[in-house]
Amino acid sequence: MLRDITIGQYFPGNSVIHKLDPRFKIIITILYIVMLFTGDSLLCLVVGAVYTVMAILLSRIKLKMFVKSVKPIIPFLVITAVINLLLVNSGEVLWRWKFFKITDEGINISLFMIIRIVLLIAGTSILTYTTSPITLTDAIERLLSPLKKLHFPVHELAMMMSIALRFIPTLIEETDKIMSAQKARGAEIDTGSFMNRARNLISILVPLFISSFRRADELATAMECRCYNGGEGRTRLRQLKSSARDYIALAVTVMFLAAAIIVAQMTK
Amino acid sequence: MENIIEIKDLHFCYEAEDEDSQPAEVLKGIDLNIKQGEFVAVLGHNGSGKSTLAKHLNAILLPTSGKVTVNGIDTADESRIFELRQCAGMVFQNPDNQIVSSIVEEDVAFALENLGVPYEEMRRRVDESLKAVNMYEYRLHSPTQLSGGQKQRVAIAGIIAMEPKCIILDEPTAMLDPQGRKEVLAAIKRMNREKGITIVLITHYMEEAAQCGRVVVMDKGRVVLDDKPEKVFSQVDKLKSIGLDVPQVTELAWELKKSGLDISPEIISEDECVEAILRIFGNK
Amino acid sequence: MPILETQELTYTYSQGTPFEKTAVDHVSLKIEEGELIGVMGHTGSGKSTLIQHFNGLLRPTSGKILLEGKDIWENKEKIRDVRFKVGLVFQYPEYQLFEETVYKDIAFGPKNMGLDDAEIKRRVYATAHDIGLSEELMERSPFELSGGQKRRVAIAGVMAMEPKVLILDEPTAGLDPAGRDKILGHIKAYHQRTGNTTLIVSHSMEDIASFADRILVMSKAKLFCFDETVKVFSRAEEIAQIGLDVPQITKVFMKLKKQGLDFGKEVYTVGYAKDLLMKHLNAREGL
Repeated sequence: MLRDITIGQYFPGNSVIHKLDPRFKIIITILYIVMLFTGDSLLCLVVGAVYTVMAILLSRIKLKMFVKSVKPIIPFLVITAVINLLLVNSGEVLWRWKFFKITDEGINISLFMIIRIVLLIAGTSILTYTTSPITLTDAIERLLSPLKKLHFPVHELAMMMSIALRFIPTLIEETDKIMSAQKARGAEIDTGSFMNRARNLISILVPLFISSFRRADELATAMECRCYNGGEGRTRLRQLKSSARDYIALAVTVMFLAAAIIVAQMTK
Repeated sequence: MENIIEIKDLHFCYEAEDEDSQPAEVLKGIDLNIKQGEFVAVLGHNGSGKSTLAKHLNAILLPTSGKVTVNGIDTADESRIFELRQCAGMVFQNPDNQIVSSIVEEDVAFALENLGVPYEEMRRRVDESLKAVNMYEYRLHSPTQLSGGQKQRVAIAGIIAMEPKCIILDEPTAMLDPQGRKEVLAAIKRMNREKGITIVLITHYMEEAAQCGRVVVMDKGRVVLDDKPEKVFSQVDKLKSIGLDVPQVTELAWELKKSGLDISPEIISEDECVEAILRIFGNK
Repeated sequence: MPILETQELTYTYSQGTPFEKTAVDHVSLKIEEGELIGVMGHTGSGKSTLIQHFNGLLRPTSGKILLEGKDIWENKEKIRDVRFKVGLVFQYPEYQLFEETVYKDIAFGPKNMGLDDAEIKRRVYATAHDIGLSEELMERSPFELSGGQKRRVAIAGVMAMEPKVLILDEPTAGLDPAGRDKILGHIKAYHQRTGNTTLIVSHSMEDIASFADRILVMSKAKLFCFDETVKVFSRAEEIAQIGLDVPQITKVFMKLKKQGLDFGKEVYTVGYAKDLLMKHLNAREGL
């Protein structure tokens, strides 16, 4: 059923990572991605791996959840690995069949690619697992706020994001309801021929659009009634305060980044 | 006491959709004054103009002719619109479509954020408002986890955080189950009693109107009755003729009186009805 | 043979997850052909989940639903036929309207049944008449109509499938007293004309009291009671305790009883209350 789908994969908690200022978390995540892409040897990734494991442990989120986050990209990983295995020609040949050959370097590169992608997914998952979507939106708005001077609609975009987040569950529930109602009138949505299903989809989409417009209209009126007047002069209930903890986390990340760069230089 | 809401000869037409059709006149000359601290129910069937009237009280709609002032502010004065909306808060029918944020307390803070209220003050008002509607323990919940009645109470908290002088509620209980209706009505009554906020409750539930201090009945864009609830409901014939009900106890009293019994037709509560029946049977 | 029967019907949401919740718990009941039944229960009592089983929108976790004595899930392929035999009108059904004209929208269900055009036309006009929609509305867009009219178009859309069992989930929600009486009146007239089985879910016991032969009450996923209207009202106090609204007039007579004035009858309509009081008074005067 539709309503079983979870949107955003936030797991509320009280760990050190949960408590970090989301603005710092976003910056740290960017630094982390840079860290993973500094070098191209396996040794480079060891630094990233240590960092990731440390962060996962600190987040106190079950390892199972990280395995789950990687699962959907396994086919992609397999394809990447196979292509690299078969197409890398340099290095010592270990196995050969017709014009395919597998070299030690091929194995190295495949492993490197797999580990890099796994770390990338697992590491960035820490951000979404420990930060609610609404907090993330808020942090992005504040990080981008200097762009307001360039007339970039930062507040408007953030407001749209947060309203979308607010209404996604409502619309999912509504879709569910309309689907049931049309099924009760004999519409075939899960079964029947393709043409039939496509036609019946209209019976769901039309009511859904109409109701979304109605909601948007009512919400706009309600917002105006509560004195909404764009981003100018707004104050916020949610206070983002950076503390010593955030600077320490940033410092540790920078140190790891430096280590990764040094290793990369050494193994060049 | 002074009038917080003054409506003088209010007419309102929706603009004609095309050249051929006549503009439909929804409000046909309304005169109504509401005093600070009053608890007024506006009754009427769908299409009687009651919601249109409500929308005039905080300038969602502006009069075609006539004048509406709230707390001395002319609703047509665009320069004072935020002042007006802060003073006259509005709660709508569908609880889902008026909650902006994914977190209860942030939704309650929405108006204050818009008004640029400083953090300390905002925090205090948000907490107080949530406590006032008994939703404080849900402050970190997502609205989707709440029942209809709870969502509606969050919406009310979002309005009282602005510290308005009056709240207009446009059929706030129409989409709720009986439990939710009770919760919301209790919250509204408390706001009126404890904070002295003027309440204008648009409804078509007679039981709710019976609990108000004053009932205004609308039909076809006009005010047809305006009195204390027991006086209004005692006019059973008139209410029925415009498609409205009366509370069952009032109807019973009215029927008994028609059958020649000595019973007041101004009964609007269960206890009054019980007492009257006991008296009739006791006297015999 | 009952037209609809459930045997130990149980339904559990999100089984095997931390959100697991049993919404319907071992419910067994029998509904006879031609009955007019009121369904009550507060939000979350399981009544909505229960009625979605009657036409196969939900499949029971365990237990059975029999339609005319046959297990509806015996042949999964045939479940669509069950939906034509048991029509379900959801809450706020006007939000499911989508066609360009009222006619087309009412015809959507019959069309899905594969009926020929002449039969579809007959049914659309017959149900429109039953539900009080005039013929000149048929070529209008449903979105131009008033709220009450939209609701009636949506109900007609299910009625036009001519189901043996018609289930309506809060058909009067959000309507004013006149709109409410109109819709209930039409549903009742339709029931009398066709002799079908009708189930109406409502929060308003005052409404249910005025038309239902039997009342089904759900509480906490279980069948609280399913009995004749009079008998259900004799348990008014218990019903108030499980959080349901008892008619105001019933409450008055409950209070009178506490004060020692017992008329020995269950009262749930104003007309009956008046007759009862007058009868007792006249009897006294006669002494």
